[in-house]
Amino acid sequence: MLKITNNQTIELDKIKKLDYDKFYSSVVELLNKKENHCVNYFAYPIKDEFQFFIAIADDKNHDIVILSHQLNQDDKKELKSLTEKIFSLHIFEREIYENYGIKFIGHPWLKPVRYPSNRANKTNINDYPFYTIKSNELHEVGVGPIHAGIIEPGHFRFICNGENVLHLEIQLGWQHRGIEQLFLEKKNHLQRNILAENIAGDTVIGHTTAFAQTLESLANFNVSEQLHLERALALELERIAIHTGDIGALCVDAAYHLGANVFGILRTAIINFIQAWCGNRFGKSLIRLGGSNFPFTKELRNELFEVLKSYEKKFEEMARITYRLTSIQNRFELIGTITEKQARIIGTVGLSARMANVLRDVRETHPNIAFQKYPVNPVVLKTGDVMARFVAKKREIRKSISWIRDLLNNFKFKENIEKPNYSLKLKPQHFSISLCEGWRGEICHCAITDKDGALTYYKVKDPSLHNWKVLELSLRNVEISDFPINNKSYNLSYCGNDL
Amino acid sequence: MIKEPKLMMLNGRQYIPDLKNVKLKPPFRGRPEISKAKVDELVLVKTCPLGAISSNPVSIDLGKCAFCGECSFVFPDKIKFTQDYRIASNKRENLIIREGEDSEVKFDENLINKDIRRVFAKSLKLRQVSAGGDNSCEVELGACGNANFDMNRYGIEFTASPRHADGIVLTGPITENMQEPLRIAYDATPEPKIFILCGVDAISGGLFTESKAIDRSILNEIKIDLFIPGNPSHPLTIINAILDLTRG
Repeated sequence: MLKITNNQTIELDKIKKLDYDKFYSSVVELLNKKENHCVNYFAYPIKDEFQFFIAIADDKNHDIVILSHQLNQDDKKELKSLTEKIFSLHIFEREIYENYGIKFIGHPWLKPVRYPSNRANKTNINDYPFYTIKSNELHEVGVGPIHAGIIEPGHFRFICNGENVLHLEIQLGWQHRGIEQLFLEKKNHLQRNILAENIAGDTVIGHTTAFAQTLESLANFNVSEQLHLERALALELERIAIHTGDIGALCVDAAYHLGANVFGILRTAIINFIQAWCGNRFGKSLIRLGGSNFPFTKELRNELFEVLKSYEKKFEEMARITYRLTSIQNRFELIGTITEKQARIIGTVGLSARMANVLRDVRETHPNIAFQKYPVNPVVLKTGDVMARFVAKKREIRKSISWIRDLLNNFKFKENIEKPNYSLKLKPQHFSISLCEGWRGEICHCAITDKDGALTYYKVKDPSLHNWKVLELSLRNVEISDFPINNKSYNLSYCGNDL
Repeated sequence: MIKEPKLMMLNGRQYIPDLKNVKLKPPFRGRPEISKAKVDELVLVKTCPLGAISSNPVSIDLGKCAFCGECSFVFPDKIKFTQDYRIASNKRENLIIREGEDSEVKFDENLINKDIRRVFAKSLKLRQVSAGGDNSCEVELGACGNANFDMNRYGIEFTASPRHADGIVLTGPITENMQEPLRIAYDATPEPKIFILCGVDAISGGLFTESKAIDRSILNEIKIDLFIPGNPSHPLTIINAILDLTRG
């Protein structure tokens, strides 16, 4: 079996194409083991043929297994569904079916995912086949695509029994912008770099780091250790900022306005530091291919120490009050619980997995150079309810702060850093994969080049693709009025899912 | 109970009293200045990943600019980004900065409907619609209401329904899939109403202009009252833009 490490590139020829039965049994055998999970599964079209790739991360051996099979031109566009045996693959098979019309026999619901313009399945976005139950006792509630707050569009359909939700189904795709196609159409690396920043504007650092690692590996271009560390530093700042904002947002929904205001202010302090570093509060323009335009100077280092000191004091004071409030505990405890078993079946990643006792953290299991040098010890909680997510965010903030302090105290940052390089030459006929632990969880980018070294396929996976299912299950048998706190406790990405 | 007041003391005064004159520091990139220095204009035009730069005379279209700063890294003598964040206008052409011109981005008072100032100056309720926005402009619009920027002090708020709104704030390049919901929200907003484009994606489509998944045709039928540049737009830019439109 072909095993590679994170951020490795291999020749396409080295990936053996198995026949489907062998592919099927190998995938089932691998994914039945606890330490393995699927990080990406997609079909790469070559004229009228399709080469399938699946990447399975092995958390124990810290590597990634790549398996492949091919559907030839004369083959029937039908395959036995893997979802029957391994549920977490449901969304990947749906995507392949939607894009290329390849049917998966035995899949429970081959519904559209994001309605791209060149899709094979021409279902209209208004005709989504929602699950329904016929009963005089039940009613349906539809919400969206446009929501009441300032957030992105998505449609939520609840089937309710009185106040209680029996079933929730989420229909996405409204945000589809054709990102993966644009990666191929834009020939300039800087344009692609900026495109990566716009995959999800709240995970700029996460997605851009995965992008840079994918292409640098594909070009066999080594960047300095310091650059890796600066990117990781930005990644942790992004984690602190968004988690703080999320804690504040959850306070809003529990009608605790002091908490909402103070956590909101604290988030501002962190993103304003990111602005002082690169000129943009979200870190756009900070991560660049092959180098950086914004070295982490001595002044910035000192400023960050100050910002963290002030942040930490205020954060701890506020958290001490907030997390002990009975009104908060009452509102969040035992609401929207996900069991470890459910989290594993769905293939949940990131914080949503770690709060349900499933350790999924690329920083620990598949670390890049930065996290090999300065390891993290992930937060894992057992209860799986809204409170667990609320607490996990707080603890992850603390871990990130101490990780940053450790880095600042022990690493000698040089004042100059290599400049970006937008003329990287990609190796022809290669496959590259990169995993990066964004604040939501595992981001995966894959790229394939043709015989001239041009990109012919680019695949982006945001952690939300796995995790939307968790939100659906969280709502089972809870009151519909608990939807907002559940939704905010996950804070999943619409545009990251729709691409 | 004593804990809460103590905590509020610890955090101190957080709101920015004067939103019009905040001193932002470099490397924040606001309105660019283009000098008369001689450079290879063809190379300069090609440097911009979003095609925001034109030549003869050299100009930058803020409606297409992602503020990545690349032009100023390659041609530091030619292009400098100032920290002026008041870069919005109600006229699309006013977003174009030309070489040798060192002046603020202006509003065209003649284009402002009298009803806007009369009705919305002291109370403005807005509906936000994201149509392919990447959630950065959306988060910044949310930040406008936080304790730092406190837009609510001017009576500007976001509502949960277009029926209660005086206008729509659009973010994102307008995906084909969001065309219809956007139209419904716009039609449901009562007159008089304003329509605001927030962020580079909304104003020009940004990097997504040529994507097949984007359909911007609805903009041909709607009168646009305000263009707010940025990627994403800074809360200071957003609030000042709305105040300049509704109060002057």
